[in-house]
Amino acid sequence: MVHVRGGALMSWPILSVVTFLPIVGVAFILLLRGDGEAASRNARWVALWTTLITFATSLLLLRYFDPSLAEFQFVEKHAWLGGATLYHMGLDGISLPLVILTTFLMPICIIASWSVIQKRVREYMLAFLALETLMIGTFSALDLVLFYLFFEGGLIPMFLIIGVWGGPRRVYASFKFFLYTLLGSVLMLLAIMAMYWAAGTTDIPTLMKHGFSPELQKWAWLAFFASFAVKLPMWPVHTWLPDAHVEAPTAGSVILAAILLKMGGYGFLRFSLPMFPLASHDFAPVVFTLSVIAIIYTSLVALVQEDMKKLIAYSSVAHMGFVTMGIFAATTQGVAGGVFQMVSHGIVSAALFLCVGVVYDRMHTREIAAYGGLVNRMPVYATIFVIFTLANVGLPGTSGFVGEFLTLIGTFKVNPWVAGLATTGVILAAAYALWLCRKIVFGKLEKPELAGIMDLDWREIVTLAPLVLLTILFGVYPKPLLDLSAVSVDQLLENYARALGAAKAAGLVLQ
Amino acid sequence: MMMNLAARLPADLAVLQPILPEIVLALGGMLLLMVGAFAGERAAGFIHVLAILLLIAVGALVIWLPGAKLVLFGGSFVVDAFARFMKILALAGSAAAILMSLDYMAAQNQRRFEYAILILFSTLGMLLLVSAGDLIALYLGFELMSLCLYVLAAIHRDSVRSTEAGLKYFVLGALSSGMLLYGCSLIYGFTGTVSFTGIAQAAGQSGGIGLVFGVVFLFAGLCFKVSAVPFHMWTPDVYEGSPTPVTAFFAASPKIAGIAIFIRAAVDAFPGIVSQWQQIIVFVAIASMVLGSFAAIGQRNIKRLMAYSSIGHMGFALIGLAAGTAQGVQGVLVYMGIYLAMTLGAFAGILSMRRAEGPVEEIADLAGLARTNPSMAFFLAMLLFSLAGIPPLAGFFAKFYVFLAAIQAGLYALAVIGVLASVVGAYYYLLIVKIMYFDDPAAAFMPAPLKLRAVLNVAGALNILFFVYPAPLIAAAAAAAKSLF
Repeated sequence: MVHVRGGALMSWPILSVVTFLPIVGVAFILLLRGDGEAASRNARWVALWTTLITFATSLLLLRYFDPSLAEFQFVEKHAWLGGATLYHMGLDGISLPLVILTTFLMPICIIASWSVIQKRVREYMLAFLALETLMIGTFSALDLVLFYLFFEGGLIPMFLIIGVWGGPRRVYASFKFFLYTLLGSVLMLLAIMAMYWAAGTTDIPTLMKHGFSPELQKWAWLAFFASFAVKLPMWPVHTWLPDAHVEAPTAGSVILAAILLKMGGYGFLRFSLPMFPLASHDFAPVVFTLSVIAIIYTSLVALVQEDMKKLIAYSSVAHMGFVTMGIFAATTQGVAGGVFQMVSHGIVSAALFLCVGVVYDRMHTREIAAYGGLVNRMPVYATIFVIFTLANVGLPGTSGFVGEFLTLIGTFKVNPWVAGLATTGVILAAAYALWLCRKIVFGKLEKPELAGIMDLDWREIVTLAPLVLLTILFGVYPKPLLDLSAVSVDQLLENYARALGAAKAAGLVLQ
Repeated sequence: MMMNLAARLPADLAVLQPILPEIVLALGGMLLLMVGAFAGERAAGFIHVLAILLLIAVGALVIWLPGAKLVLFGGSFVVDAFARFMKILALAGSAAAILMSLDYMAAQNQRRFEYAILILFSTLGMLLLVSAGDLIALYLGFELMSLCLYVLAAIHRDSVRSTEAGLKYFVLGALSSGMLLYGCSLIYGFTGTVSFTGIAQAAGQSGGIGLVFGVVFLFAGLCFKVSAVPFHMWTPDVYEGSPTPVTAFFAASPKIAGIAIFIRAAVDAFPGIVSQWQQIIVFVAIASMVLGSFAAIGQRNIKRLMAYSSIGHMGFALIGLAAGTAQGVQGVLVYMGIYLAMTLGAFAGILSMRRAEGPVEEIADLAGLARTNPSMAFFLAMLLFSLAGIPPLAGFFAKFYVFLAAIQAGLYALAVIGVLASVVGAYYYLLIVKIMYFDDPAAAFMPAPLKLRAVLNVAGALNILFFVYPAPLIAAAAAAAKSLF
């Protein structure tokens, strides 16, 4: 099973190294002595170097990953909890892009927080580094208990990030975030236990092949859905997201939108579809309905927002609606599009929150009405903001287009009505995103407070430039990313079709 | 004749080997009592240290005893892996409780050598209780443990709160002992025996209404001792009124011993009628979890909050017993081991809450602790997250194993209510974290004594790092659970 390529390099547990490297950074920061400015500066540098080294190491994963293989790669297995629960890690074409996305965005988050975060810098960096380990672990765990550990563990640092460094209503937002997510997840935990007793193991690759009874599939699917739907989030359990986004510091919003939301979509792909194919098939109409409502309703809600971050938060919910729709269409284009859309949204939403952060740091307000005509004073900012707005709309040539388009055709093959209704979301997205862009960037610079506003400094350019490049690169040439996950997606769907076929033969499924 | 006796003596004593740890503890306790009686209060610190060493030595003896199941006194004293596991936990809890009280008692001008002696004798009661093989030994163990606890609650004899707590505890404890005895007499009347194995044989698979009545009263008495709903009323008042180190002790060792005998009585004496008593335990577990979670939300005093928290935790632990399987008992054992570490750590934090004018115990006093004392705030926060059962901290594994057993036994409703109660419970733990991390700082605490910091940091580190190498505790608990079935 262990795929060995690159000889000596693969003899060390590279995946665990990538996962736990940030913890080394945590240890370094804990060892820093002294207080005040010097300690803060050191903490920033340690965090930056740690995340950069982690990113560089994760590129080795990309380099030695063989996209032509469907099995999990970089597999590591060690005894852990005793019994059938092992420390089992590994990556396939679905999880690898999300791991790279995580390691790629972390240095950007650290740089974005460089001068903004002035109080309790050490703790801030500790929380982010711990969060990075937990996020990478979530995507690379191949044991359900291990997955749950990473998945839920992320709540603690994020709770602190929102609560300590957040805005005025941070306490409310952090509690809502924590308790909503926890409530969904504990039900999943019970389902994990039921699966353990049914299959005798919590090993994910084994469970994928297990073939649970239809009754168990139904309940377990619902329990997993409770967790992932909250995390993603899907309408109507999305209400924690706008609050959390608005109150979180900029980098917190970036991580929330770009990575934490993706855990929900990843969960559907890793667990719901392969382990409960019959239930996924039966419940697909429910998911379609909720996705379409999410796309249309939250787009409409986004239209009337007065707070920039809230607007982008609602647009996130709408965009994740495309992901769920594509995944449960269970067609090659739909699922591949879902994976692509997750990565693309990770880049674009991260960039949009960074853009909001740029003007917020200067003016200390997120109210849309407080801005206007920024193009006159900030031409570079205006250019970048327009690019990401268009990517958010899904304009061809940007990465946003590829994901939305693929999920739409994938869904069209299964249910043209759903695809048709979802397409209206694209139009609405154009309405709210362009409206936001016009209000903030264009027009005359009339507000006296804005007269002295400065364009991007070099640090902001460093954070935004890679995101611009990737947005356009994946928009024009999406092949590398699609190829990375193609084989894994194909295998997922093959197994899904086989399970459904067997069930049809046994008369368990009606259609 | 004399020669004969002397020659036979070692052989007779060798028979007593299984109870050697208890004998050493009893003799050591009496010796320290004499030292205290003659040397007076000035020997208090010395006696405390010796008491801790004595507890450690007894722990070593427990580990050193041969591994097989040992039975003494015609079955009324049993040493098996289960007893060993629980004894080690109880001894560790008592030793840590004495350690944590050293500075507190000195600062309060309450140096009393009786304090350590009472803990020693109470611990002796626990050890006997854990090994009890019949109803008489059960009762004797309970009384020895409880009588010391009543006195301990009132050890600040000049303080109204402390004496009130002691009196309340005593009156209600006596009531529960009465119920327990009434249950024992009913069981004896309907089965004709007091030994657990004899009861199991006589009860058979059906039991009968009289026996079930006895079981109900026995369990009511046991619920009282572990402060499970609906017999929990004494807990918040006693926790709040007692001196804080005593509260820490109440929350740790007696709970371990109570749960241990609960399990042994249920599993050894009534294995045939699981379906009869399972309903009781399910109800008690649900009621404890729900009440513990909801009632804790409104608390302002951290000791009262910990009282409700411990009620909730007993509910979670009893889930494992409700399953009635070896898996379930393993879950309870893992739970109690982790609960002990979390509780001792949390109380070390509470004991560190001291300003120049004296100890404080309002939750609001913790405001902004993350800035005035980052290290204490961090470990306390981690312990609170652990108590809430958030992974990857140890408290998650505790809950994991009991719920695992509940799902295996098909107790789905219990499991669902349990996890929902744990979410409600997470809210009040989060409130404390919020006060420590998000709020503006209140006046800083005085630097905590080294011993308290050590307990807090060790307990916190154990909780954080448990997931790295969880196998030893889980394997030990599995072996201990197996010895009962």
